[in-house]
Amino acid sequence: MAVFARPRQALAIAGVLGLALSATACGSGDSSENNAGSGDCSAYEKYEGHDGKTVTIYSSIREIEADRLDESWKEFSDCTGIEIDHEGSGEFEAQLNVRVDGGNAPDLAFVPQPGLVQRFATGGKLKPASAETKAMAEQNYSADWLKYSTVDGTFYGAPLGSNVKSFVWYSPKTFQEKGWTIPETWDDLIKLSDTIAASGTKPWCVGVESGEGTGWPATDWIEDLMLRTQTPEIYDQWTTHAIPFNDPRVAEAVDRAGQILKNEKYVNGGFGGVRSITTTAFQEAGLPITQGDCALHRQASFYANNWPEGTKVAEDGDVFAFYLPAIDPSKGKPVLGGGEFTVAFTDRPEVQAVQTYLASGEYANSRAKIGDWVSANNKLDLANVPNPVDKLSVQLLQDSNTVFRFDGSDLMPAAVGTGTFWKGMIEWLNGKDTASVLSGIESSWPQ
Amino acid sequence: MTTTTPPLATGAARGGTPTTTAGRVRKRLTSRTATVASIVIAVVWTIPTFGLFVSSFRPEEQLKTTGWWTFFRDPQFTLENYQQVLFGRGASSGQLAGYFINSLVITLPSVLFPLAFAAMAAYALAWINFRGRDWLYIGIFALQIVPLQMALVPLLSFFSRGVSLGGVTLMPPWDLAGEERFIQVWFAHTCFALPLAVFLLHNFVSQLPKDLMEAARVDGATHPKIFRSIVLPLITPALAAFGIFQFLWVWNDLLVALIFAGGGSEVAPLTVRLAEMAGTRGNEWQRLTAGAFVSIVVPLIVFLSLQRYFVRGLLAGSVKG
Repeated sequence: MAVFARPRQALAIAGVLGLALSATACGSGDSSENNAGSGDCSAYEKYEGHDGKTVTIYSSIREIEADRLDESWKEFSDCTGIEIDHEGSGEFEAQLNVRVDGGNAPDLAFVPQPGLVQRFATGGKLKPASAETKAMAEQNYSADWLKYSTVDGTFYGAPLGSNVKSFVWYSPKTFQEKGWTIPETWDDLIKLSDTIAASGTKPWCVGVESGEGTGWPATDWIEDLMLRTQTPEIYDQWTTHAIPFNDPRVAEAVDRAGQILKNEKYVNGGFGGVRSITTTAFQEAGLPITQGDCALHRQASFYANNWPEGTKVAEDGDVFAFYLPAIDPSKGKPVLGGGEFTVAFTDRPEVQAVQTYLASGEYANSRAKIGDWVSANNKLDLANVPNPVDKLSVQLLQDSNTVFRFDGSDLMPAAVGTGTFWKGMIEWLNGKDTASVLSGIESSWPQ
Repeated sequence: MTTTTPPLATGAARGGTPTTTAGRVRKRLTSRTATVASIVIAVVWTIPTFGLFVSSFRPEEQLKTTGWWTFFRDPQFTLENYQQVLFGRGASSGQLAGYFINSLVITLPSVLFPLAFAAMAAYALAWINFRGRDWLYIGIFALQIVPLQMALVPLLSFFSRGVSLGGVTLMPPWDLAGEERFIQVWFAHTCFALPLAVFLLHNFVSQLPKDLMEAARVDGATHPKIFRSIVLPLITPALAAFGIFQFLWVWNDLLVALIFAGGGSEVAPLTVRLAEMAGTRGNEWQRLTAGAFVSIVVPLIVFLSLQRYFVRGLLAGSVKG
């Protein structure tokens, strides 16, 4: 048995180390005390009666944003006695499928893809939203939003957070120094790009590398231009496959995007030529703006978190965003965006109470106050949104001229939306022509 | 290690021309060219890890805008990444230490259970005569080809719904919550490890000399006695080898833990935590550089201290003769 002398030592070391670490962990333990009664609980009266119950929530939200979620419903939890147990995972989509199939579904899930909501709904896995949840959602969200979680006439859950994708990031400082102005129309944007290109810097920086998801930022470009070159109705027909993927109108939008993305004069500031787009990580793609290597970067509002620490994100700061202008502003403001939907896998009363609460204006304001969050909830008070970019997003979402459409690749069947569309965009950026890329995607659409 | 090779090579050359095949191979493998080639391969192989290591000490902004080699031109050193990984704490995630404990709690039983079961099964399959023994062994051997991913949903359903056949409940749902879910992870890891463990140990146990068993039997030893006093001491190298193998696999596992334990801070192991550390949109990925090195430490200690059994025991079990 002498052989075991060494493993035992190793185990002992590991054990001692572990105990020491756990001691420090316990030492600084629970500081969160139950301060029920300290807040004003009158707003939560209608959710009362479920004291001591637990509701589990599964989402793709993690780290600091998960902390903020916990904080946002703390008052609700304290007042009603419903404990909310949130779990976030980077493997959310794959894991949710496994858990639901394995009979281990969470009570609620924040699903960021309407396509997935639809699949669970038609598979009979979801519970329809209660009448209270439905009434609350109809009060607070526009029909543009609610239709994405309605399957065959049944409403499954309200939207929660949102993000606006039709933004172009820029440096207000540089713009002021060089005398550039924020473009109001698409033509102005192209003119501005030409001016910047003439000054010696490549105007745009773009990156679509994102691990397994490589290609998605490029699909956002196409969707944004579909909304601008065509009407919202044609956009809907495109995402539901009422018109083929290689329709000439789609090709028009793609070519319009190519006007920027495939123009060696315009891209790719700080990284190289057009071909560097597919190898540049989307997280890093906008960073050359702070170095002055490029001037414009089209990315969603959530890109605000990607700037290095110490970068001031504001209208008078180091970086800020402007609305990607429409081609014809008189036809309204097309806005592309995304968001999560709160859907339920169980219908216990406490689960429905939480689902209703999450659709309410009280929740939206409570979450927004903590920062870095946007919602299309029309009860959301702009004064409660601290961050300038989020403010801009909320303004855009609440603007009556806004025509909102959900990110198309999240609406299409997964084989296309998270498969061939992404891959097709990579081929397109690597030099393949528009027509053959679009026919390729069209032929992959599941029948 | 490599620095001692050249003198050995000259020593072999001086000792005369080797005549056997093995001798010729050894001579060729200890030549100067082979040494240089192996050093080059080792260096090329290590460069990415080295780059990651250098990156883990670079400030976030530098890390995200320039490559790690810039470090040598413009050295900027910080321990911020390690600080965030080791001591950063979010309200919902807690400190890394808790996950470290979870990893240990998951790993130790997940190594010991399959080892114990497999050793007993291997002995029974090799030295106890019963009908259908060979078929049973072939069955276990064949189970190795079942991919783990295929068993995930059925096994999860087994835990959460139980088993019922034609309306008759054969097995109620386990209904485990919180820390109890460690049991599911142990169970799953044990299941997935057993076919290979039984196979390796069986080959090793069946190689033991028959005379030894007969002598013990003549002296009046029963099967449990033979197993305890003769077989176990003799197969310790194989046990140690499989132990390391299983330890590294369980320690590095993300999938099984994610499905059977979930991502809650009370049961999630280190790997789950590391996967989440980059944030919802992967914008904090600089932490992964430091996280990778923190998580390497324990497997490295285990591997380096038990390395010699790893190769010896594994070969002993799998190769006949």
